Amino acid sequence: MTEEYRDHPVRSYVLTSGRAHPTRNTLRPETLLVAVDGRAVPATLSRPQRELLRLCRGTLALAEAAAYLAMPVSLVAVMVSDLVDTGHLTIRSNHQAHVLPPRDVLEKVLDGLRNL
Amino acid sequence: MDSATSDQTSKPGQHLAPTITRSVKVLVVGAFGVGKTTLIGAVSEIEPLRTEEMITTASVGVDPVDGLQGKTTTTVAMDFGRVTLSPEMALYLFGTPGQRRFWDLWSGLADGAVGALVMIDTRHLEDSFEVLDQLELRTKTPFAVVVNQFPDAPKYPAERLRAALDLLPQTPIVVCDARDRTSAVNALITLVEHALTFPMFQKVLA
Repeated sequence: MTEEYRDHPVRSYVLTSGRAHPTRNTLRPETLLVAVDGRAVPATLSRPQRELLRLCRGTLALAEAAAYLAMPVSLVAVMVSDLVDTGHLTIRSNHQAHVLPPRDVLEKVLDGLRNL
Repeated sequence: MDSATSDQTSKPGQHLAPTITRSVKVLVVGAFGVGKTTLIGAVSEIEPLRTEEMITTASVGVDPVDGLQGKTTTTVAMDFGRVTLSPEMALYLFGTPGQRRFWDLWSGLADGAVGALVMIDTRHLEDSFEVLDQLELRTKTPFAVVVNQFPDAPKYPAERLRAALDLLPQTPIVVCDARDRTSAVNALITLVEHALTFPMFQKVLA
């Protein structure tokens, strides 16, 4: 822990303890994330995890967080999932897999587009 | 730690409004250079962002040549943008690679999409065949064909394009200037109107 920080390239998945898949499969690139207010950021978190929490002080999609972190979405999904498990991050939008959005949602999308 | 000014990765205005609780997405599909990122940029309220996934060349379907040793990694990029549609809802536009198999690099990318805009360039119609085949055969995603009207591209009547691309009679064909916001938004409106007629979501079929 006292070892001096050195900025050198590491295999990305060291950050996820070698896991390539998140602990939940409901995460999509457009899934909205927001950090839980007032939770202290534990010193044990990795630097990318802390950066992710800082980014998510406001609402962002998973893909946006990944782009700002310059990390693959698949990798950030694992980090997100862990931070949801520990109560630091919440998922704002839920998605049903494999189906189109319901009619009322499509109608709202249409209204929104017509008002742009 | 709470200093906003030291927060270089968090640019002002990049976050969604705190009232946004729902995100939806449209896939913008097409061959390289067809104008996907241009269309996304025309609609997006943020500068288009890019995210990359790594793959090994073994999964690209490229035959190794000259005694290439071991796995070589390469990246597949996806550009995307977003636009707030209402105080509760944001739309994400994902510019996905032309080949359907690359979509699987992003878990859940094709799941739950409102639909897909398939962008074509009339100078390179053949580039869109694979995308169209795979959308028709492998997904239930509604799609509209967007002809990005490059200045020097030949202009064909919609029905000739429909025949050339072997599209169903109900598949919308929109001529668009991907640089123009109104034109790009109009293509999205056409897609969502088409999705609303789609039997798939009125009654969930296998």
